[in-house]
Amino acid sequence: MLEIKDLHVYFGVIHAIKGVSLTVNDGEIVTLIGANGAGKTTTLRTLSGLKKPSSGDIILDGINITYTSVQQRVKMGISHVPEGRRVFSTMTVLENLELGAYLRKDKAAIAKDLNMVFDLFPILSDRRKQMAGTLSGGEQQMLAIGRALMSRPKILLLDEPSMGLAPLLVQEIFNIIRDVNKAGTTVLLVEQNANMALQIAHRAYILEIGSIVLSGSSEELMKSEDIKKAYLGG
Amino acid sequence: MGKILDSRFGKKIIFLLLTFVIVQILISTNIINDYLQATLATICINIILAVSLNLITGFTGQFSLGHAGFMAIGAYVAAIMTIKIPTFTSFILGTFLGAIAAAIVGFLVGLPTLRLRGDYLAIATLGMAEIIRVIFLNLEVTNGAAGLSGIPRFVNWPWLFVFTTGIVLLINNFLKSSHGRACIAIREDEIAAEAMGINTTKYKVLAFVIGAFSAGIAGALYASYFYFIKPNLFGFLKSIDILVIVVLGGLGSISGSILAAILLALVSTYFQSFPEIRMVLYGLILIIIMIFRPQGLLGSKEISLSTFNKLGKFFVFERGRK
Repeated sequence: MLEIKDLHVYFGVIHAIKGVSLTVNDGEIVTLIGANGAGKTTTLRTLSGLKKPSSGDIILDGINITYTSVQQRVKMGISHVPEGRRVFSTMTVLENLELGAYLRKDKAAIAKDLNMVFDLFPILSDRRKQMAGTLSGGEQQMLAIGRALMSRPKILLLDEPSMGLAPLLVQEIFNIIRDVNKAGTTVLLVEQNANMALQIAHRAYILEIGSIVLSGSSEELMKSEDIKKAYLGG
Repeated sequence: MGKILDSRFGKKIIFLLLTFVIVQILISTNIINDYLQATLATICINIILAVSLNLITGFTGQFSLGHAGFMAIGAYVAAIMTIKIPTFTSFILGTFLGAIAAAIVGFLVGLPTLRLRGDYLAIATLGMAEIIRVIFLNLEVTNGAAGLSGIPRFVNWPWLFVFTTGIVLLINNFLKSSHGRACIAIREDEIAAEAMGINTTKYKVLAFVIGAFSAGIAGALYASYFYFIKPNLFGFLKSIDILVIVVLGGLGSISGSILAAILLALVSTYFQSFPEIRMVLYGLILIIIMIFRPQGLLGSKEISLSTFNKLGKFFVFERGRK
């Protein structure tokens, strides 16, 4: 459903993404793994339109969206959960979720999706009137994911959902990502926590300083000696 | 009819009408004399300026130090129009032309400079206001540094009231709509707002355009009421004065800006009797308020008629408990 072909992105003179190509099929969880500064976040931001590429193509369901605006991409079904959660901290949980559906006009369906998010994250339902800034890190991550789901995405781009969370919470978040995927949303997951990411993903790409160095099914990659050494701490 | 009066909308209308009538009576009976009427005009003009700057800085989060520049454009356009053709129609026309001119400048300045953030944007807007001031200083039609005097006065309390409530209601309704949500989201986190599909550039420019338009109207009212303007009135210090009102009332609170505009004008008028220490006391009050209420008088909260209702209920409840 989503395809990137030979993507190049620059920050001034720095060549951050050097010809990345990858595909995400309908219904998959695909993970993009790599160290700090490998270009994972930049790839994701280019996909959602927050960063403009210098060359290459981004194709969603057969339509070239390389030069469409962020708004257009949200409407087409790409939803981005940015790194570091970035909830609107002086707004309530409910207002945050409503802003996730900002471009939608169908009030009845929005209300339905709101209930869906509250079913997925019961804790958010309890805190719906609370300021988002007063939530714990894990709750904020849940809110960020819930907010992104409110736009009814076909594909969810997740940027380091495990960042700064306790192991138990990471497990919970990853379980939820799996649930969201089972309910029909395709997921592209960027992670430093390779172990966790490979456990839930169908396929994976390994990014090193701006280029894809390896790709394959998660099982294959988990068995590979190189991967074990470099990313899985074995 | 009774139903309408009982609704929130009806209560608002009654409140506004009462305010208008009471002040009008005080003016007719000369309790608000000429001197106090000038304070009244200052309050109304400052309310417009503060509420419109609050839209830009408090709600949308764009730090602007150029509000006096937009005000100057409105003031000069309206002044020149009414000096050339001293009729009431020409005043109204001049006011709107001035406001539109200010809005256009706000748009032109907004587009390229809104890529800047925080302090950089503040410096850029400051530069913009200085350019506007220097242009008025050097034009012939504006009479340079000496300024324009003898501007016919068409503004009286009813018109001040109409313009002030008009602008406040306009900005308030804008902020209560989904547009307002979008602006606040940009203030909270621009990247997240953009990721939600909010057109951040559009809303930042829109905030500047509406803010500049309102400041233009405030400038026109100023020129017409005080019948004398010169470029130095619209310098850096004027922009700071407006920012002080906004910060004092609370960034992100419309009623806070209104309260602060009234309070500061009254304090300043009262201190006129002690000219030697006036600015010292004024400064002292600002420092004290900022120490005890760093978030401003109202923070980001709003006072509305329902607040009074709640207060009333609270007291009844408390008494009931005893």
